Amino acid sequence: MQSLITLFDFEFFRNAILAAFMASITCGIIGTYIVSRRIVFISGGITHASFGGIGMGYYFGFNPILGAVIFGIFSALGIELFTKKADLREDSAIAMLWSLGMAVGVIFIFLTPGYAPNLMSYLFGNILTVSKQDLLYLLFLSLFIIGFFVAFYRIIIFVSFDEEFALTNNAPVKLFNALLISLVALTIVLNIRVVGIILVMSLLTIPQAIANLFTKRFDWMMILSIVFGFLGSILGLALSYIYDIPSGAAIIFTLVILYGVIKISGLVIEKSRQ
Amino acid sequence: MESLLEIHNLSAGYGQNLVLQGVNLKIKPSDFIGVIGPNGGGKTTLLKAILGLITPISGTIHFSESMTSGGVHRIGYLPQINNIDRQFPITVFDVVRSGLMSRKRLMGRYSAEENESALHLIEEMGISDIRNNPIGELSGGQVQRALLCRALVNKPALLILDEPNTYVDNRFERELYEKLKVLNEKLAILLVSHDLGTISTYVKSYACVNNSLHFHEGNTVTPELLKSYECPIQIISHGDIPHTVLHQHTH
Repeated sequence: MQSLITLFDFEFFRNAILAAFMASITCGIIGTYIVSRRIVFISGGITHASFGGIGMGYYFGFNPILGAVIFGIFSALGIELFTKKADLREDSAIAMLWSLGMAVGVIFIFLTPGYAPNLMSYLFGNILTVSKQDLLYLLFLSLFIIGFFVAFYRIIIFVSFDEEFALTNNAPVKLFNALLISLVALTIVLNIRVVGIILVMSLLTIPQAIANLFTKRFDWMMILSIVFGFLGSILGLALSYIYDIPSGAAIIFTLVILYGVIKISGLVIEKSRQ
Repeated sequence: MESLLEIHNLSAGYGQNLVLQGVNLKIKPSDFIGVIGPNGGGKTTLLKAILGLITPISGTIHFSESMTSGGVHRIGYLPQINNIDRQFPITVFDVVRSGLMSRKRLMGRYSAEENESALHLIEEMGISDIRNNPIGELSGGQVQRALLCRALVNKPALLILDEPNTYVDNRFERELYEKLKVLNEKLAILLVSHDLGTISTYVKSYACVNNSLHFHEGNTVTPELLKSYECPIQIISHGDIPHTVLHQHTH
């Protein structure tokens, strides 16, 4: 225990805690939107498509996260517009974009001379190496998302719950769909540094699944998702330190265990009441 | 009496597929029109055109001045229940209040008065005890009641219901139609149903939609009416002895 507390003397550890906190906020709110609207698969597509941007960043020598932001937002808006206009099955379009992004990323990283540093940290993330800059981006995003959802909460629910009904009321459905899917892309990309491409989807869905065991209201789902996301991240970090295993994987593992424990104890309590 | 809306020579469809052709219809404030017709005949397309969800290929839909308020048509819409995601984390009260969104600014909140009128409707519809429950915990009939409250809360001049009798029990169905009868004293109703027999005691006229639209005054099911249906149909009459009539066409 003593050694865990002395960890706070290290800047990298304090940064990791901050990153976990802001990842929980962004993923808690945006994940609730994703799960409620059933766009988990779209979000998976955006996540993997953004890898193309990371590859191009390596090859052309700009910040890979910037590349991922551009790829993420364009693929998000692309899915949003394309599947509604063109005569293409939505899930096929997503799968295409999903693998295209990965392919572009692999090609450019292959073409980049020499060893690609930190490649693994983009795939699996490393919360212990997040930079000041990463934290600053996450801070801006957290504040923006909180402000956006507080200000527009009712219209977001209105548009998300029954799009057709919202359209009959002249609600700005297209605008909000586009804004929200862009926020989804930004949340995914900025959290790639924390848990990586492979694992970011679970940070957007598992805390929500846990929260859903306690509540079926959108506002409470957001708040509880943040709480459980943060709890899982901290426990995961501790686990990662104690057993010397990768932090991203440890966090996800902890979240799933947390879900299992709460779900099972809920069932046991229900049984014992009968 | 001035019509709430007038449809002139409307054609509508999707892509190359023309679902409706040459449709004319006037809806007056006291109307209670049953929209019937075979699946794929264009009932939903007609609704979508009136609701502004699709743009007509040709023809016009003209709304009277009394039908418009604040740039929005005063239409209350009850969609088919399978259009609703019942897993969505939202409470009955929030569903009902969302019917008021068209008069809100983007960041607007509900006023005390609006909350009051939403609660009043919820009470009237007999779902007060579940107003704070998430819709995922409701029965089909309860969801329909909540959606009906949402359709009514903004005081529409025309109420459009799309197959409100799917997934609900007979008791709710009868209650619903009785309620509509009362509502019809104040607003016009357009009711889409595949169940010609049940609605015949309540509607004042029929619109048979099968690519084109035939309007029939009165609520008696005449051979002429059945002819425009253009397919074998089943009528269950609600007398003392319920019975079934099978009417076969050759075409």
